[in-house]
Amino acid sequence: MKELLHKDIREVRGLLKKGEVTSAELTRFYLDRIKEHDGRVGAYLRTTEEAALAMAEEADKRIRAGKDGELTGIPFGIKDIFCTRGVETTCASQILKGFRPPYDATVIKILNESGYVHLGRLNMDEFAMGSSTENSSYQITKNPWDLTRIPGGSSGGSAAAVMSGLCAAALGTDTGGSIRQPASLCGAVGLKPTYGRVSRYGLVAFASSLDQIGPITRNVADCAIVLKAIAGHDPMDSTSIPQPVPDYGAGLGKEIEGLRIGIPGEYFIEGMDPEVRQAVESSLATFEGLGAHIVPVSLPHTEYAVAVYYIICTAEASSNLARYDGVKYGMRVNGKDIIDMYKKTRSAGFGKEVKRRIILGTYVLSSGYYDAYYRKAGQVRTLMRRDFDAAFGKCDVIVTPVSPTTAFKIGEKTEDPLTMYLSDIFTIPVNLAGLPAMSLPCGFDGKGLPIGLQIIGKPLDEVLMLQAAYLFEAEKGLKKLPDAFA
Amino acid sequence: MKITKDVVEYVAHLARLELLPTEVDQYTEQIDRILAYMDQLNALDTTGIEPTTHAIPLVNVFRADAVDHNPEVEDAVSNAPEREKGFFKVPPIIETE
Repeated sequence: MKELLHKDIREVRGLLKKGEVTSAELTRFYLDRIKEHDGRVGAYLRTTEEAALAMAEEADKRIRAGKDGELTGIPFGIKDIFCTRGVETTCASQILKGFRPPYDATVIKILNESGYVHLGRLNMDEFAMGSSTENSSYQITKNPWDLTRIPGGSSGGSAAAVMSGLCAAALGTDTGGSIRQPASLCGAVGLKPTYGRVSRYGLVAFASSLDQIGPITRNVADCAIVLKAIAGHDPMDSTSIPQPVPDYGAGLGKEIEGLRIGIPGEYFIEGMDPEVRQAVESSLATFEGLGAHIVPVSLPHTEYAVAVYYIICTAEASSNLARYDGVKYGMRVNGKDIIDMYKKTRSAGFGKEVKRRIILGTYVLSSGYYDAYYRKAGQVRTLMRRDFDAAFGKCDVIVTPVSPTTAFKIGEKTEDPLTMYLSDIFTIPVNLAGLPAMSLPCGFDGKGLPIGLQIIGKPLDEVLMLQAAYLFEAEKGLKKLPDAFA
Repeated sequence: MKITKDVVEYVAHLARLELLPTEVDQYTEQIDRILAYMDQLNALDTTGIEPTTHAIPLVNVFRADAVDHNPEVEDAVSNAPEREKGFFKVPPIIETE
């Protein structure tokens, strides 16, 4: 069974269709691996074993009846941020402990219809606020390449589970890098689609103008298959784009001769780990070898991205998280009157980073400061979008590092929020501009930790991004799991 | 200083949070540093630039004003910490004295 970890979803599907393996066996295999390995990794908050096995039986029936699709019978791990009917959904927060949504998020509904298997709920930073998954109020997740290091965040559980072979694929969310950064630090492939490409209905909101859902997988082909399944217009999300979904697999294997790759000088900053820089530079040579042209471009407002992002995301978060009031769901701590009950509930239910962001967000939106912070940030956001528009006049995709460093040690940055925020410098601009971007492995540092490469596309041009990523992956041959889990 | 303890306490009240004195100290110090960092935006002249609120311009998304699904009351209140007869139950809001 273990060799299945090294096959992609399409290959596994071939085996399922031929009857060489059943979804029930595959599901049992992953559940057993979770029992054996997750004590060390800490990727799963909860497994849904009984439901998983029932879903696998259903999938096997569909396959035997020839009514299967590309994801039928494939076991997924789900970031604990997607409302799933009857399944505890906590966002790794105490305030949502025990919450069992009465409805399914659109992505969950789609996956249910595809006949996938839901293995369990993956750890994350509380309400997706963080870059290391250390802000989970339940547990620490470790990087499968080095268990003393963080897996990145906020979708750290998703990236760690995929790369320690504890699910075939996972769903994550990305507000400022929360899919790409953990994918990078764990050596996975992660894709944040164009804003509005995947419905956010039923996704627990953090910063609504930035949040986007996407896949984390072990290879580019799987990434394309999962994206194809979840993308599309949804009347339940008014920010969802009413455009047809292309076949994201269509470009895989096609040449990229003549592709213009933009390289923004502003991304090669001081403080970048020299090994990261070297890996990215050698990746550019790989792309040139594949026939691409390197074009220097400029994104002059990059240095303002972190400031803009932490104004906008905290403002939106302070508003979105007002709903946790101890009335409708989750935790309640009684007080002497209703205001006191709100305060006691929210103070006990939210963790440190969530409270910090709510206070900051409330401040930047408060009377007298709105123009200086929130409005100003929105204006600079416009300048950053224009930077990308201008750059894409000269190139087809932009290539950058994902993170200035490889995975850092658990506890290394928890005391200093600003340093933690700065680690998102290369991923944040993409969310502010609403662009699609992905992370894929491009090398390892001297400590054996994976280094990620970011490919940024034009709006709705995920096909080209995946096409370039697929050839790069084939050329570099870096598809591998850590030895301890292979 | 960009921000004082009083401001942090006031903003926490607006956000319906109750902070311990040690938390007030810590948040004041951290948020002060973060706001100082954000001040770099003032170096940019943004006169006449329209702010972006959403990256993808979609406006006026309408749908018919019709009920398309009607959740069961029991479902809607099933997660409430306190409920009674299909209602959410809350502590007194208006003082009776």
